[in-house]
Amino acid sequence: MKKLLVLTTALCGLALPAAAQQVTVMGWGGAYTASQVEAYHKPFTAATGTAIVSIDSDNPATPIKAQVEAGNVTVDVGVLEIADAVRLCDEGSIIPIDATTLPAGADGTPAADDFLPGTITECMIPTDIFSTVIAYDTTKLATAPTTIADFFDTAKFPGKRGIRKSPKVTLEMALMADGVPAADVYAMLETPEGLDRAFAKLDTIKGDAVFWEAGAQPPQLLADGEVVMTMAYNGRIFNAAQQEGKPFAIVWDGQVYEWEGMVIPKGAPNEAGALEFVKFATASEQLAKAAEFISYGPPRKSSAALVGNIAGTDQPMSPNLPTAPENLTNALASSLDFWVDRDTQLGERFNAWLAAN
Amino acid sequence: MSSEPHNDSFVVFDHVQKSYDGETLVVKDLNLRIGKGEFLTMLGPSGSGKTTCLMMLAGFETATHGEITLDNQPINRVPPHKRGIGMVFQNYALFPHMTVGENLAFPLEVRGMGRDEREAKIARALDMVQMGKFANRRPAQLSGGQQQRIALARALVFDAKLVLMDEPLGALDKQLREHMQFEIKHLHESLGITVVYVTHDQGEALTMSDRVAVFNDGVIQQLAAPAELYEAPQNSFVAQFIGENNKLSGIIEEIADGRARVRLATGETIDATPVNVREKGQKTLVSIRPERVEVKPEALPPGTQTIEAEVLEFIYMGDIFRTRLRVAGSDEFVIKSRNAQGQRQLRPGEKIRIGWAPQDARALDPL
Amino acid sequence: MTAAHQTLTTADGRPLKAALVRAQRRARRRAFLLVAPLLVFVLLTFVIPIGQILYRSVHHDGFSANAPAVSEWFAATAPGTEPDEAAFAALAADFKAMQAARTAGVAATRVNYTLPESRSLFTKTARSADDLVPPYREAFLAIDAKWASPAVWQAMRSSSSAYTGDFYLASADFERAEDGSIHRVEETQRIYVQLYLKTFALSALITVICLLLAFPVAHLLATLPMAKANLLMILVLLPFWTSLLVRTTSWIVLLQSQGVINSALVAMGVIGDDGRLPMIYNQAGTIIVMTHILLPFMILPLYSVMRVIPPGYARAARSLGATSWTTFRRIYLPLTLPGMGAGAMLVFILAVGYYITPALVGGADGQLFSNMIQFHMSKSNWSMAAALSSLLLVGVLILYWLYDKLIGIDNLKLG
Repeated sequence: MKKLLVLTTALCGLALPAAAQQVTVMGWGGAYTASQVEAYHKPFTAATGTAIVSIDSDNPATPIKAQVEAGNVTVDVGVLEIADAVRLCDEGSIIPIDATTLPAGADGTPAADDFLPGTITECMIPTDIFSTVIAYDTTKLATAPTTIADFFDTAKFPGKRGIRKSPKVTLEMALMADGVPAADVYAMLETPEGLDRAFAKLDTIKGDAVFWEAGAQPPQLLADGEVVMTMAYNGRIFNAAQQEGKPFAIVWDGQVYEWEGMVIPKGAPNEAGALEFVKFATASEQLAKAAEFISYGPPRKSSAALVGNIAGTDQPMSPNLPTAPENLTNALASSLDFWVDRDTQLGERFNAWLAAN
Repeated sequence: MSSEPHNDSFVVFDHVQKSYDGETLVVKDLNLRIGKGEFLTMLGPSGSGKTTCLMMLAGFETATHGEITLDNQPINRVPPHKRGIGMVFQNYALFPHMTVGENLAFPLEVRGMGRDEREAKIARALDMVQMGKFANRRPAQLSGGQQQRIALARALVFDAKLVLMDEPLGALDKQLREHMQFEIKHLHESLGITVVYVTHDQGEALTMSDRVAVFNDGVIQQLAAPAELYEAPQNSFVAQFIGENNKLSGIIEEIADGRARVRLATGETIDATPVNVREKGQKTLVSIRPERVEVKPEALPPGTQTIEAEVLEFIYMGDIFRTRLRVAGSDEFVIKSRNAQGQRQLRPGEKIRIGWAPQDARALDPL
Repeated sequence: MTAAHQTLTTADGRPLKAALVRAQRRARRRAFLLVAPLLVFVLLTFVIPIGQILYRSVHHDGFSANAPAVSEWFAATAPGTEPDEAAFAALAADFKAMQAARTAGVAATRVNYTLPESRSLFTKTARSADDLVPPYREAFLAIDAKWASPAVWQAMRSSSSAYTGDFYLASADFERAEDGSIHRVEETQRIYVQLYLKTFALSALITVICLLLAFPVAHLLATLPMAKANLLMILVLLPFWTSLLVRTTSWIVLLQSQGVINSALVAMGVIGDDGRLPMIYNQAGTIIVMTHILLPFMILPLYSVMRVIPPGYARAARSLGATSWTTFRRIYLPLTLPGMGAGAMLVFILAVGYYITPALVGGADGQLFSNMIQFHMSKSNWSMAAALSSLLLVGVLILYWLYDKLIGIDNLKLG
């Protein structure tokens, strides 16, 4: 035992003096973290000898902010949604990461140009693009829905709808279903009339709505037959269909995508190791590799060509990714600025709407 | 004290049996008539069936077999609240969330009595037990004796013809208990109610009752007025249970003309009155009350048999002396003598002769 | 005799009173030392956190601490004063300091509570803090024209004091207008008052249902022979031994429209396949599941009270002429009051604070006040969460006071 310890220490010391010890990564758990373990953690440990400690959280932003405020940070790398990352960055809870130090893409493109425009922010390096989509049970609907408008059409597609209990994405989808082009959605939502229009559209299916909060709920609701169509994270639906053989399909029309990425909390115990890990994980190959385990799109353009088959099968993963060109025909990138300003206000209004009869 | 048992049959137990488990009988074929206005005590050790009898009378237990009638009405199927029987419980069972007045009002209210009439009755009942000033107190603010009086008043306030009392004085200290015994007795006499009283305290039973039914093993062993019970117990159980008693076991050697000669284990013979022994050679238990033993044989009529005794212990108890002797091999023979002028104080180790009048020694069935 | 009374002394001549005080002080000190650890524990885990909550609900120095210069300007000028160049200069200095310390987000968060949609104005300006050169007014307007808006300056003014009642205003569905006046928020935005009342009403309903269900069970427990009572008690306590989520999930399995109960009813022909009862993801679901979860808290105090009610009281009442119903109503029920009070108190207070169950099975209208506290905590809006929490605390304390007035707090038996 002691010999092993000495050996490991020695190896670490040889390989990467700065990133010795270990790096603690806080993620979201489930299939998502599993994909990161396969694509980032294991290869990183293999390459550098630095162990990765993986911790799960419902939303790492909350414990990270709490840890920084308490001055007792145990997390080195956090996996955050972009909105949380921007907020924490503004509040100084996470540190800026210099994007120019990131490795160039597999095809030689500098990192700054390789990442999809706007995805790199001051404090977060994106790892994947996920999307909220409409999913349905193919066995429950006679005709397949094809547009976001079909989700709100209970006459043509009778049955319960699963809706996320949050104004974010829900309002955007309501407007798109009401015929607002994706490009105009946020401009419209910034006006009181636009907001009213979105809530009015939601009113039309409120009576048929089953509201969910956790990402694991919508596939379960579909499987239980509680709803015939639901808003869902595309990755969850993909997993249910792929791994459990559920008859679920996705309507990509009107998808609202966001991205997630890695941040480093202020006062991380192993900041150097954390930075090393972030650079390693966000290289073209690793991002492409992760996409093989979960259907979240790689944010680097150069990764698209590298994405192989769905792990353990001989089917290509690309068509299942939000970033596939055919899935992006009517898609909306979730607006950071919009939600940073209106999170609380719209949250309250949404709750008031929920409570109203 | 009306010692004469009444002839009328206000309460009748007719071949009543009770079993809880279907295997053993707690009350075995009980037949009992209680006269109107009588004070009858059911006396016995715990588990003798006396409380079960009371509960059957009150309606909280149903007789497994037999009939109970109250004032000539069969009551087996009458629910307790329609029997109109007042009851005083062992721990008083005063409702703790009501004042004394409310406790007393309760039986009147459930009978739909008007407010004025109620007030008058409550006042009268409280005065009866000298608790007139306590109507607004809570039971918890009263002493045990006061609670006892209130429980009594509550059982009487609705003019019940029959009042049952289940060891009502068990929780009181000796002095208070004796005082309450007289009060209950006086109330009984002045109100002319019928009382069925359950106790395991024989002193209480003797003091208060017109008649006492001694229970044991689900059977009434003897039903008699207190004096008769004490003076003439019909069997060993009653002799043992009522009062203090010396017992000497032996074998009948001779029996004739209301006299029996009994040979004790040590070979001595004594004279006794046969009660439930019949023939020669029968085993018997001779019972002699401690106060009937004479330590000065010269005071006995001539020809009375005496027996040797050794003093083991002498206890000075004030009004009486209590002396423990070894008699015929038994170390538990006790005598009581009055602390009268010139009464001798015996010393341990002293050898004396003792004797008694033959009618005071009762030859009973062996236990 | 009177003299002796005045100067009672102990055997060795010390005044008796002083000796008594000494003797008692020793005993008191020992008693205090025994309870001291618990006292410290309660202080640390209960009193201090509640104090913190109350403090947080009126205190937020996110803006005042990070923008001291402009806060000083606000303090020096009367409300409604037009921002002059000095004000913009002070703000510019603050923005430069905030950009260096990366605290603009904290300040912006505070202002955003008062004026929604203003957060990005601050973060954007902070990122361009280097461009802020005299004349400052123009420099600010160049970054964003909103800097001329009186609403923004009014919002900063209310944020410039660390102590504020704004969070309580918001908790009562009120807001401050640009001129500082207070009025109710728009109807579509009103939520807290309605939810507050609904939470208390729903909790009361759940308490009543729990009481109705628990009473017979507790009575059965109290009157059954020990062995059977223990078995039943295990069944009662079983919900305690499984995780809240497992219990909630099993209710989902039972109650959902394709669930066990509905399917059974359909199979029996009680309801049609299209008439499946909505028993979950609505208020009914919240009530059913919360009742189940909280039932033991009602049964246990009731049981502990009923167990020690001597059967003699009921017998006495019956012998005094009361029917069994009168006996129950006038004797048994009042005697169980301490248990009912304690159980109702426990269930009600727990119900008022529940949020996991309503969140999982409540659907649209199953939201309770605590869900809003949780909502604000998830947005790291501690002050708002604290204000809402203290309102809940006040509501419960008022009920507690009412209970004391109406029934008496000594009529409460918790075990």
